Amino acid sequence: MARAVTTQHKTIATAAAWIVALLIFFPILYTIITSFKSEQEAIQGFNLIPSGTFESYSEVQAQSGYFKFFFNSVLLSVGSTILALLVAVPAAWSMAFSPTKRTKDILMWMLSTKMMPAVAVLFPIYLIFRDTGLLDSRIGLMVMLMLINLPIVVWMLYTYFREIPGEILEAARMDGASLWNEIIYVLTPMAVPGIASTMLLNIILAWNEAFWTIRLTTTNAAPLTAFISSFSSPQGLFWAKLSAASTLAIAPILIMGWFSQKQLVRGLTFGAVK
Amino acid sequence: MGNITLKNVSKSFGSTVIIPNIDLNIEDGEFVVFVGPSGCGKSTLLRLIAGLEDTSGGTISIDGRDVTREAPAKRKLAMVFQSYALYPHMTVAKNIAFPLKMAGEDQATIDKKVKDAARVLNLTNYLERRPGQLSGGQRQRVAIGRAIVRQPSAFLFDEPLSNLDAALRGTMRLEISELHHQLKTTMIYVTHDQVEAMTMADKIVVLNAGNIEQVGSPMELYKTPKNLFVAGFIGSPKMNLIEGAPADKYGAKTIGIRPEHLNISTTAGDWKATVGVAEHLGSDTFLHVQTDGIGTINVRADGEVAVKHGDTVYLTPDKTKLHRFGADGKALAQ
Repeated sequence: MARAVTTQHKTIATAAAWIVALLIFFPILYTIITSFKSEQEAIQGFNLIPSGTFESYSEVQAQSGYFKFFFNSVLLSVGSTILALLVAVPAAWSMAFSPTKRTKDILMWMLSTKMMPAVAVLFPIYLIFRDTGLLDSRIGLMVMLMLINLPIVVWMLYTYFREIPGEILEAARMDGASLWNEIIYVLTPMAVPGIASTMLLNIILAWNEAFWTIRLTTTNAAPLTAFISSFSSPQGLFWAKLSAASTLAIAPILIMGWFSQKQLVRGLTFGAVK
Repeated sequence: MGNITLKNVSKSFGSTVIIPNIDLNIEDGEFVVFVGPSGCGKSTLLRLIAGLEDTSGGTISIDGRDVTREAPAKRKLAMVFQSYALYPHMTVAKNIAFPLKMAGEDQATIDKKVKDAARVLNLTNYLERRPGQLSGGQRQRVAIGRAIVRQPSAFLFDEPLSNLDAALRGTMRLEISELHHQLKTTMIYVTHDQVEAMTMADKIVVLNAGNIEQVGSPMELYKTPKNLFVAGFIGSPKMNLIEGAPADKYGAKTIGIRPEHLNISTTAGDWKATVGVAEHLGSDTFLHVQTDGIGTINVRADGEVAVKHGDTVYLTPDKTKLHRFGADGKALAQ
């Protein structure tokens, strides 16, 4: 028997959802609030009402040049996502439509690499980057970000492609479609929502990646993660400036996430319910 | 033209043999039905002909041309799938036009052929809809439309009606038969439903465990099944298969008598029986009777027969319609 949902229950559930959402969002909100305070206000303790000064923003821009880091972040996240898709789409396709006995093992192995702490391979990777001249290079970092996100991208795409009935592809083959036409006219249009949400998620992951982007860059290829960390510097902690830098760093991805949330939620829960 | 010949065709998946060795000839314009229980290899055989599976051995020829290693698209065959396999992102018109587009036909020809197919299949009003907005029967028509526009040398149907309800299945069965009469193109139809096989086929191929048990016209299979498997599979309700003393009397290991070939009397007959469940269908009555020393027997009696649960009746088989089978399960001469 279906459980009766009363108005009171609904109100409680809605209030609980708002409280949880606010708790999760609060650190970001407080960062934004702090960014509109002066340094003096920022260290004076908990205070939700800022004076509304833009002083930290102008100082941050003057001191570090936000747009250079922003440009690197865009380039690295979009570039690594395109690279990842170029590798993952054929990989996921072949695993979804021509699986072998070992396909599941390969997928598990790929996922297991995500369980390894990044710091465990820091030393060899740093040396490889140094010896090949890839330190502080955009190409090197793009490849690195592509590699660390590849298992997730392959997994997500594999899940999507598995949802496409094999009979439709066979029908296309019977209808005279070559492999290329099958991909262009049948597979891709059916997989577009999946590819799009995988892209969005990968951009977010790459944008937020801080371990490698901070350690393998100095100035030339440094993205916004390095921009933020540059404010926790030897001069000490400047909370307002650090908050302004953080707000500037997360704002683009937050806005993108807000506009594409429907697509993202669909992507992350795809295949969960048939 | 659509003459299809299979010679020593076999198929294995790893160490599992699905089809050990099959020889079969399908004449141009024939309506051939592959029928058999689930897992008998009928769909695999169809997919081998389509080119969607590679053969493990043997050759497949279409109109004398060896196509064993050719891609599905080059075999000039069209297939209708059980799940319809329509392209969900395309309209009905685009679905039907897809094979023509792949064949590089010009737009004017495509438009004309799509319109013609839509008219034949009563789809004219649905051309701009997507498959998701259609009923099961309409989707199946679109799948058939996509197949006929190519003017293939043969149509392959893989259990196309099994997702439809009983009433629609009957209608579509007639439509496909009618289409065959119009087009006169070879059709190979896979089903596990022997009623579909009997009503639609020119020739039925009965398959069991990857082997052909018998090939023949529906009435040949009905009248002279070669073995116990075919005898038990073809016909509805099923043939009664009886072993023991009654079979010994006819010099056979097993005798078979169809429910419609048993005479029922309330006074005298060969086998004394007690009526169990009686199913009155109006035109016919199906009786499940418990026969002394034999077991349960199905009888198809006249719709007007006046017997009820628990009545004693006497059954007499029509000797001219009695089938005899030896210990190896093969039919003995009547």
